[in-house]
Amino acid sequence: MADERIPTATQLDQTVLGADEIILNMGPQHPSTHGVLRVKLRLDGEKVIGSECVIGYLHRGVEKIAEHRSYQQFAPYVDRMDYVAAVSNGLGYCEAVEKLLGAEAPPRARVIRTILTELQRIASHLFWLGTHALDIGALTPLFYCLREREEILKIFEKFCGARLTTHAFRIGGLQYEAYDELEKDVERFCKPFDKRVDEYESLLTENRIWVGRTKGIGILTAKEAIDYGASGPVLRASGVKWDIRKAMPYAAYDQYRFEIPTGKNGDTFDRYIVRMEEMRQSRLICLQAIENIPAGPIMGKVGKVLKPPPGEVYHAIEAPKGELGYYIVSDGTTQPYRVRIRPPSLINLEAFDKMIRGHLVADVVAIIGTLDIVLGEVDR
Amino acid sequence: MKRYKEKFGAGILEAWTDRKQAILVVSRELLAEVALYSRDQEKFDWLSDLTAVDWPKREKRFDIVLNMYSFEKNERLRLKAHAAADERVPSVQGIWTTTNWMEREVYDMFGVIFEGHPNLTRILLPDEWQGFPLRKDYDILTQDTAWVRENLGIESGQ
Repeated sequence: MADERIPTATQLDQTVLGADEIILNMGPQHPSTHGVLRVKLRLDGEKVIGSECVIGYLHRGVEKIAEHRSYQQFAPYVDRMDYVAAVSNGLGYCEAVEKLLGAEAPPRARVIRTILTELQRIASHLFWLGTHALDIGALTPLFYCLREREEILKIFEKFCGARLTTHAFRIGGLQYEAYDELEKDVERFCKPFDKRVDEYESLLTENRIWVGRTKGIGILTAKEAIDYGASGPVLRASGVKWDIRKAMPYAAYDQYRFEIPTGKNGDTFDRYIVRMEEMRQSRLICLQAIENIPAGPIMGKVGKVLKPPPGEVYHAIEAPKGELGYYIVSDGTTQPYRVRIRPPSLINLEAFDKMIRGHLVADVVAIIGTLDIVLGEVDR
Repeated sequence: MKRYKEKFGAGILEAWTDRKQAILVVSRELLAEVALYSRDQEKFDWLSDLTAVDWPKREKRFDIVLNMYSFEKNERLRLKAHAAADERVPSVQGIWTTTNWMEREVYDMFGVIFEGHPNLTRILLPDEWQGFPLRKDYDILTQDTAWVRENLGIESGQ
């Protein structure tokens, strides 16, 4: 089949440039690309009339690695994909394998998982807010955001010893019992946190520069968002009220009350508002969850050697970036036959070309920021 | 399921549920047609994922797997088609734009050719890469020893 290979020239290279047009290369080493994303821009003056993302600089073959590890051995690898939301990745993987096994985590483990995952969502959104605002030119929010994120990372560190790539959960439940002051720490963080979100909003929401740089930029209508497979805040900001936590509840989400914030215009400003509101909702979930953590075991009945019966499963969770799906095929041995990871960042990034057309070069930075991509996950 | 069988008859090769998830195997030629029908008539308007699985011992070694979701029904449906190594699969890029990159990734990793894709090139790996890594016969140990021999001039000893 090698000789049947299709010519590899990219679409932008094949088109003929007009007299006033140039092609500008941005990245892969560029501070606003949040990693190693390369974007080729076709410009008419300062207006972007076409673009192409070049990805793969961080490709490590995670899906191939999975086929050569046992189910438990692969669990730490998923933390390295979306490394600013490692806990969410771990939750998705553990639950997918549990589904494959037909096992279930005990109630106590599920509630603790929910608390940590919601804290992780706040941490991920804080990191997004800080860097997104920094990209657009607001330096101050970054320091506030990282200050709060630090408190969450400290809770993770106390819980499992790691801050970033936590490997916090195990297939079947948890390895570690919650430490004594977990509830107190979460409460101490969550109680004043809504005031802090107000504080960030006071810096940005009515700031003329911020509004000018985000309103009407990178519009994605609901129809387009669905066509492009967008998920998470990107989809919700376009007005589609859909959240996997509500639609197909997992962990312990069916026990808590929370709202799904949506936007109207699907522009960068709406995505910002949606994520801010999501942080407030996550705080509410955490506060409800710590009120009543059921007692009992933290590990379900799964063996030391995991041999799921042959078959396949697709399990998706609402990660901070969108739908994070695991499609796992088992052939009845201790190693997965195939693991496919549906990365929300990659698929949201696909809409970039649609969103940037007609805008200025400076808006490239705003749109990359608003998509909230993590290149570790885009490239896997 | 029933409606699918009535509509496509022999085009639906198999249908079953695994871990409460519905799976439908359709013949390769009908893939795009069934996909369009699913999107418009059955309201599976959101495609979450398109991928492939390699079964080298089978006559038609590749499974093309589509995971669809319907907002209206709050349901998922998995569509599958089998393809041999030299068979082309109809592209569904015109039905869901999102599959553009997913089909490129499947080409990149498995070498499956999608008929009608506008820009089927490698996406994650460099253009000059040899072979298709997620095929089962793409052995990482052989690759590794070959690299060590070629670049370091020694035997890797693995």
